[in-house]
Amino acid sequence: MSDALVIEGLHKSFGPLEVLRGIDLAVADHEVVCLIGASGSGKSTLLRCINLLEPIDAGRIVVEGTEITGRGVNVNRIRRNIGIVFQAYNLFPHMSVLKNVTLAPRLALGLSSGEASARALELLQRFGLEDKAGNYPDSLSGGQQQRVAIVRALAMQPDLILLDEVTSALDPELVAEVLEVIRELAAAGMTMLIATHEMSFARDIADRICFLDAGVILEQGPPEQILSAPREQRTQQFLQRIIEAGRL
Amino acid sequence: MAGESRRRSDPPLDERRSRILGSLRSGAAGRGALIATFSTLVFFTLLVLLVTHAPGWPEVRSTFLDWGQFKDSFPDIAKAFLLNVKIFCIAEVLILIFALVLAIVRSLPGPAAFPLRMVAIAYADFFRGVPTILVIATLGFGAPALQLQGVPLSVTFWGIVSLVLVYTAYVSEVYRAGIESVHGSQAAAARSLGLTHWQSLRTVVLPQAVRRVIPPLLNDFIGLQKDTALVGFLGAVEAFKQSQIDAAATFNYTSFVAAALLFVALTIPLARFTDWLVARDRRRRQATGT
Repeated sequence: MSDALVIEGLHKSFGPLEVLRGIDLAVADHEVVCLIGASGSGKSTLLRCINLLEPIDAGRIVVEGTEITGRGVNVNRIRRNIGIVFQAYNLFPHMSVLKNVTLAPRLALGLSSGEASARALELLQRFGLEDKAGNYPDSLSGGQQQRVAIVRALAMQPDLILLDEVTSALDPELVAEVLEVIRELAAAGMTMLIATHEMSFARDIADRICFLDAGVILEQGPPEQILSAPREQRTQQFLQRIIEAGRL
Repeated sequence: MAGESRRRSDPPLDERRSRILGSLRSGAAGRGALIATFSTLVFFTLLVLLVTHAPGWPEVRSTFLDWGQFKDSFPDIAKAFLLNVKIFCIAEVLILIFALVLAIVRSLPGPAAFPLRMVAIAYADFFRGVPTILVIATLGFGAPALQLQGVPLSVTFWGIVSLVLVYTAYVSEVYRAGIESVHGSQAAAARSLGLTHWQSLRTVVLPQAVRRVIPPLLNDFIGLQKDTALVGFLGAVEAFKQSQIDAAATFNYTSFVAAALLFVALTIPLARFTDWLVARDRRRRQATGT
């Protein structure tokens, strides 16, 4: 397997606060990697750096063999190949679902309106949202909005999808429908890097779990090993707190 | 859901109206309406009595509220008012465009755009600081006096230019507030999909920003509409100038009242139109299907 994503020595600070302190990570094609760790451990920042939403201070990021953190790269071209889905959905509230999904394929990929709509409707249908195409985001439930956000990212046919705690803003009864979509993507072979607090979901779906602590990947391995027999004390403490909170 | 809670925080229209009249809910509705009517009648009766029993009232009435004078002066003032409408319409279109450009320039990112941002800020500071009447006087009297070839001599032209200069500064601030009120996550979502800065501004940020600032924009346009009267200062015969001419000829100020009524008659429909726009946008955002 070749690597979809390689990160080497990634550092990122916000002012005096160093959020990422040397991240090394490789994600193979079709691999699903889950990032776990406490709030503030750097999961979201890492994902935002990979999407170049945050400039990095040191290190390099290579996506599908192309270094994206070098000088003179076309940021817009790179972002087309890397989908990101946010915790707060970030749908465009002034556009219908269909327009939300077709906007980027039309403007960034240059698809005609007809081609973009056909692609969007096919995806909406695949995830049971075809009857919502004309709706505006505010009229949808949180789960539906997040599914639309995933479809919006998929419409760009990215090589890699980053999911940033996509179920954290949802009411508990709406989490399952979103996780179902992600499961289907994993089954279809989509390469994904997933920041999540859903440990049982991570155990289920991940090929590998990385535990982030204070801006470094402290421990990584297969789900069983990380969740059931973690080597590091910090990982054990983190999982202990999760168990106490009833999330595992 | 976010949508539901937002809907819940928007009270239905009749509930909002009832706030103007006081509490008119269910059982107390009849009694509440009665009290509201009664206190309104009392208030206005007292006000009318106070004014009409003032020592100078007979004189004021004949100078400001003479029906004969009103009928005589109204047609000319109404005709002159068309010039106000023309100035307003031309200026408004230009202001909407220039102010948006100025606001966009001011929100340009990066150190390279610093001089542009500086110029935009200096412009807004200057033209918001100088009284409109001074800009109109300076340009209206000064520019034609240059006697440069190709420079228009029309005072209306220079009046419009002055109003556009001043109001562009105000309106750009309104736009800017709108742009800054759109959460950064919206632009991030657009950029993450591969849209350029300009594409994300045009399709995601600006449409939301403009919708949000429609009420304050209208506020500025009502101000603009009234300030078209300042162009009369240069000698253009618009409604106020015409009413001054009439007043000077008849020693009666009823013509001012006629001009005032015309201005009000234009602003009220504008205000209702804005309400309608805002309501339509709210409905559309919560629409549940095609």
